[in-house]
Amino acid sequence: MKPAPFDYARPSSIAEACAILSEAGGGATVIAGGQTLMPLLNLRMSQPFILVDINGIADLKGVSRVDGGTRVGPATRQADALRDETLARHLPAFVAALGHVGHYQTRNRGTVGGSVALGEPAAEMPATAVALGATIEIASVSGTRSVKAEEFYLGPYMTALEPDELVTGITYPDWPDGHVVLFREVAQRPGDFALVGMVGALALDGGKVSRAGIAWFGMGPTPIRARQAEDALLGKALTEIDADAVAALAVADTAPFDDHHASAEYRRTVGKRIFARTLRETLDIRSAA
Amino acid sequence: MSEHKIELTVNGHRHAATVEARTGLGEFLREELGYTGTHLACEHGVCGACTVRVDGVAMRSCLMLAVQADGCEVTTVEGLAAPDGTFHRVQQALQDNFGLQCGFCTPGVAITLATVLQDNPSATTGEMEAAMSGHICRCTGYQGIRRAIRQLAGENA
Repeated sequence: MKPAPFDYARPSSIAEACAILSEAGGGATVIAGGQTLMPLLNLRMSQPFILVDINGIADLKGVSRVDGGTRVGPATRQADALRDETLARHLPAFVAALGHVGHYQTRNRGTVGGSVALGEPAAEMPATAVALGATIEIASVSGTRSVKAEEFYLGPYMTALEPDELVTGITYPDWPDGHVVLFREVAQRPGDFALVGMVGALALDGGKVSRAGIAWFGMGPTPIRARQAEDALLGKALTEIDADAVAALAVADTAPFDDHHASAEYRRTVGKRIFARTLRETLDIRSAA
Repeated sequence: MSEHKIELTVNGHRHAATVEARTGLGEFLREELGYTGTHLACEHGVCGACTVRVDGVAMRSCLMLAVQADGCEVTTVEGLAAPDGTFHRVQQALQDNFGLQCGFCTPGVAITLATVLQDNPSATTGEMEAAMSGHICRCTGYQGIRRAIRQLAGENA
């Protein structure tokens, strides 16, 4: 066996899980699907004293409609969410992004909340939460709190979640019927982490952009909201949108890095291109060039 | 460190065991129960060789703890063929089309394809190939596997 020794607990309620996390004083790690955690345990990059398995907590699973939005239980399997009719109906951008998370075999075990809570900067789920304006619900022995996704991500794998806290839900606000889904990523192979990717939604009212939420992944230490691009799109009729200019503004908000997969310059160049192309194809805007 | 009593079904046989919490499912299947058809390679979820079916769903046995399989029904590659040894049609298609070279990745490939077809008997070539993105064949014998997939899709037509 490869991981360092640890204790294992399988609580059946949120309260029980929070109590274990509190008692462990920072020495506990939550396991949901484990599709990222298990490699970290095998590599001994993660060495918790106790593993808290939340797969037995029924309250953490499933998709439900709530006032003004859709709530996804964090322990909902990615494969189940992909098949969920409520999500298909209300959150098509979420479903488009989810289809690119990992592989068939890892989506069968991996959870939505695991990906959201981990905060991998090149992952689709954190950026989707930021783009769509999701709220992350958190519980601990001291009570509950909610954090906006945009404020949840602090750095690579660093989030606002304290060691004694548990994510108990992710609520995505409703977008108007007929809103436009934006999604594109560039990866070396399907299922690999994206080198560059963007996800978001645009609402149209009377032919003009009335609401915009777009975020990058793989373009910095956290998911990054393309705020300047959103501002430039708001109030514009589709014929007025200069896709290349908006893409340049979108890239201006990013902070990509060099790694052995791609240089920062590559990410900026490809990011600008996929952003412009996605806008053009999705909105059917004639190219300015 | 903690030890846990677990009970699970593998290929229809009940097994009870005591496992250390950190024991992986794949390792447990191989070392404790002797189902050595499940191959462990990368052990961090990249290669797909260790794919098994847990409660009807294909997943990586290296990314799951044995203790988490308590109460589950597991199918390994040994459970695909009929009791009299007749190949599962996925195994037959892989053999017919030379869909393997060294064979190390094959148990995972067979489990994935058999599970895709179990869930959707009329799965298309494209759907089976998409599921194959989770497998690496280091002999690069992909064309044989693709031929096997086309045969399987053709059988459905």
